[in-house]
Amino acid sequence: MLLLLPLALPNAYTYEVAILVGLNAIVCVGLNLLVGFAGQVSLGHAGFFGLGAYGSAILAARYGWPPLAALAAATAATGALAWLIGRPILRLKGHYLAMATLGFGIIVSIVVANEDRVTGGPDGMSVPPLSVLGTAIAGEKTWYWLVAALLVATVWVALNLIDSPRGRALRALHGSETAAQAIGIDAARHKLSAFVISALLAAAAGALTAHYAGFITPAKASFLHSIELITMVVFGGMASTFGAVVGAAVLTTLPQFLTVFKEYEMVLLGAVMMLTMIFMPRGLVPTLEKALAAARRKPL
Amino acid sequence: MSAQLLQFLLSGLTVGAIYALVALGFAIIYNASHVINFAQGEFVMIGGMATVSFIDAGLPLPLSIVLAVGAAALVGLLLEKLAIEPARNASVVTLIIITIGASILLRGLASLAWDKKIHALPAFSGEAPIALGGATLLPQTLWVLGVAAVVLALLWWFFNRTLTGSAILAVSHNRLAAQLMGVSVRRVLLVSFGLSAALGALAGILIAPITFTSWDVGVMLGLKGFAAAILGGLGSGPGAVVGGLALGMIESLGAGYLSSAYKDVFAFLIILAALVVLPNGLFGRRTSERV
Amino acid sequence: MVLRLALLALAATLGFSVQAQPIRIGAFLAVTGPAAFLGDPEQKTLELYVEKTNAAGGVLGRKLELVSYDSAGDAEKARTYARRLIEQDRVDVIVGGSTTGETMAVVPLAEAAGMPFISLAGAVVIVEPVKKWVFKTPHTDRMACEKIFVDMRARGATRAALISGSGGFDKSMRAECLKVAGKHGVSIVADETYGAGDTDMTAQLTKIKNAAGVQAVLNAGFGQGPAIVTKNYRQLGIAVPLYQSHGVASKQFVKLAGDAAEGVRLPAAALLVAETLPDADAQKKVVVDYKRAYEARFRQEVSTFGGHAYDGLMLALEAMRRAGSTEKAKVRDALESIRGYMGTAGAVNMSAQDHMGLDLTAFRMLEVRQGDWQLVKPGH
Repeated sequence: MLLLLPLALPNAYTYEVAILVGLNAIVCVGLNLLVGFAGQVSLGHAGFFGLGAYGSAILAARYGWPPLAALAAATAATGALAWLIGRPILRLKGHYLAMATLGFGIIVSIVVANEDRVTGGPDGMSVPPLSVLGTAIAGEKTWYWLVAALLVATVWVALNLIDSPRGRALRALHGSETAAQAIGIDAARHKLSAFVISALLAAAAGALTAHYAGFITPAKASFLHSIELITMVVFGGMASTFGAVVGAAVLTTLPQFLTVFKEYEMVLLGAVMMLTMIFMPRGLVPTLEKALAAARRKPL
Repeated sequence: MSAQLLQFLLSGLTVGAIYALVALGFAIIYNASHVINFAQGEFVMIGGMATVSFIDAGLPLPLSIVLAVGAAALVGLLLEKLAIEPARNASVVTLIIITIGASILLRGLASLAWDKKIHALPAFSGEAPIALGGATLLPQTLWVLGVAAVVLALLWWFFNRTLTGSAILAVSHNRLAAQLMGVSVRRVLLVSFGLSAALGALAGILIAPITFTSWDVGVMLGLKGFAAAILGGLGSGPGAVVGGLALGMIESLGAGYLSSAYKDVFAFLIILAALVVLPNGLFGRRTSERV
Repeated sequence: MVLRLALLALAATLGFSVQAQPIRIGAFLAVTGPAAFLGDPEQKTLELYVEKTNAAGGVLGRKLELVSYDSAGDAEKARTYARRLIEQDRVDVIVGGSTTGETMAVVPLAEAAGMPFISLAGAVVIVEPVKKWVFKTPHTDRMACEKIFVDMRARGATRAALISGSGGFDKSMRAECLKVAGKHGVSIVADETYGAGDTDMTAQLTKIKNAAGVQAVLNAGFGQGPAIVTKNYRQLGIAVPLYQSHGVASKQFVKLAGDAAEGVRLPAAALLVAETLPDADAQKKVVVDYKRAYEARFRQEVSTFGGHAYDGLMLALEAMRRAGSTEKAKVRDALESIRGYMGTAGAVNMSAQDHMGLDLTAFRMLEVRQGDWQLVKPGH
């Protein structure tokens, strides 16, 4: 389907929306592993996104690193940070875990906004474009193919992960952590690996976004952005990789359609969030799948 | 004690009292429904903004306050009836999204019903600062603290001495058992949301003379109130108040002695550290998980 | 004969349709979100004056059409909407960018697409270094600092303390003030900050009160922060003069701060004291007209930010008239050559090196007296 999409996109603006959808989808697939499959909560994933974005931006713009190296380094460093703070944080449960991740996200956004000498402060900073072996990746079409390829790769990795023994261990955790431990699953280790993987994906997507837009602001690490990300995952369907992609697609493009409503945009967004969660609590894709399955079972 | 330190402590008390009142609202709803109502900050906003509207329409302050609190309670009841009840079996994350959606919706409606400007409420007993050993305190802060104390006492009486209050506590301990004893869980949820909303609105009205009010004043206050409630231990009323006061103190002392730019970072770092050591907050109950 | 008539008719309709095509003014403004009190009056002003211009016959015989989006203060949204304006809506000029962050995110797009872009944001970095297609109408934060320091020196103060918020405007102005203080003979002896939703600044102000030799205090911020700072200032009984920034140049600030605002000074556009300006003042007619039109239509206090949008739109239209077309390159050149244009912010003299066109005379020093603004006469 990704291959056919460009035929429907008339101009650079629509390509941009598609690229943003793809980048958001990469983050969401990762976040879904943590929230949907492992059953944990994260209200601070924009913090990882922001760290990846700013890390890459600072290394490339202020220290002159080649963008690809900056991207890799920033992603790896963020993953390492996630590994470090993951252990103590993941011992918390439910709302306490939500608070811890929330606090993390807020700390990142405050630090990034305050250190204006390095990060350009609340007004953000410019980011050099991505270049591979000397040639810059520019133009909407090139970026589209790049992001599409990365998204496909991410989904493939996620699906394989879920079907592996590690994935099954994760899902067992979701069902009941105590029971899973009783049959010998190392809960802490598996939760940590889901946390780190989702952080890596968020950071990579963050760095890519920064290089694509050529500009990054602290808003990308904000609480509001964390909420947007988790809403995409929950809306599309937790524990469904395609659901995460669909969620990203719908919630990234929805504001573009709501602009005609101007003043009512916020009201409508809130209403949409609430109504879909109330009437489709398992998310869009699982609900549709269930409806299709039920329809198929009806006698002809 | 140096005048400077005293001033920092008094500032912390002012801010902490504000957080404490908001945190109480979180605690009450959580107690009854195990739901964190991320729209709690919006109740605070409705209290302040509605009072401003009523005053602008010419009503006297006390009447405006009563009407505003009533309006907020109504919104709380509607929220529970229309959004929480239909989704009562959903997962924690789904409920979080619903209440976040509600907060966005309420903010959007507020920006339409009112405007996007900042509004002030007159201080209840004047603005003349009270001098205390070289530092100063606003009379309004005493109002906030005083009302918070009275509210806490009333809540204690309500939860421990009345039938409805006991019913709410019963539901929070064991929903099934409470239902078997004839408690209407639905009614309990309605009452808690209404009560929490009224409390939030009251908080908003009390603090508006100090902090001003606007359509989006609920965002930051809701966040800090949530943090305070968690710090104190979810579901504990006294914990919420202690958590709020502690958060206010940490911020003020952090701003005074370390770095004013990073005071929020210190506050959150300390909360994180506290949670690592005490995973259920300061006064939180140890929960056991049934397999 | 019939063929000729048909061709004539065809040409007429084609020509007519080209003429009937409206001039599209694109805008992305922070109508909602944390910068709403910037974007809201800007949006209203653009709508009002597009309507008025159309009622008066439009520009170059064509009607104006406003295409505007709400970027809510978010730089990424601003970028996406700007791209939409450029690629999908195909506007002729963009007047927008309520905040510096949003503006800077859009600058590369405007430059690459060759789209004249008039920004409504404050930081000096927008026009320094000068970018070919980017202009701006508001005074820079650096000018505000300089105006304040000049006034401080006039009152005999050489040691000042800074207190600012954590927003983009606050930080940018703080950085500029730190840079230019020395040039005006003022040394900064204390530098405190507060957060976005903070409700009490007595801790920071206590530190300032106790700093040695403070003779004046400058609060660089906007929103409710400065109002709270002002109230805390009086609560703590700090005696030295307090200066605010043009970020709070509105009656709303005076109302919020109440009695505490008495004696506070700030640099602002003449718009705020429109009616009390001496009749001989060259700016009087423009600001009085705008103020009356805005207040009559929206029943709300006029705002200097709305004034920036007015200037932006008028400059764009003036440039189109001078260029005689809406061709982007011609409009840009015409914009750059505007001299002696009187706007709500002051006299505008654009040039190839100066894409803002205002000088220090555009700012007036005002003082709050009994809940209202008063022009500070030089030497007071």
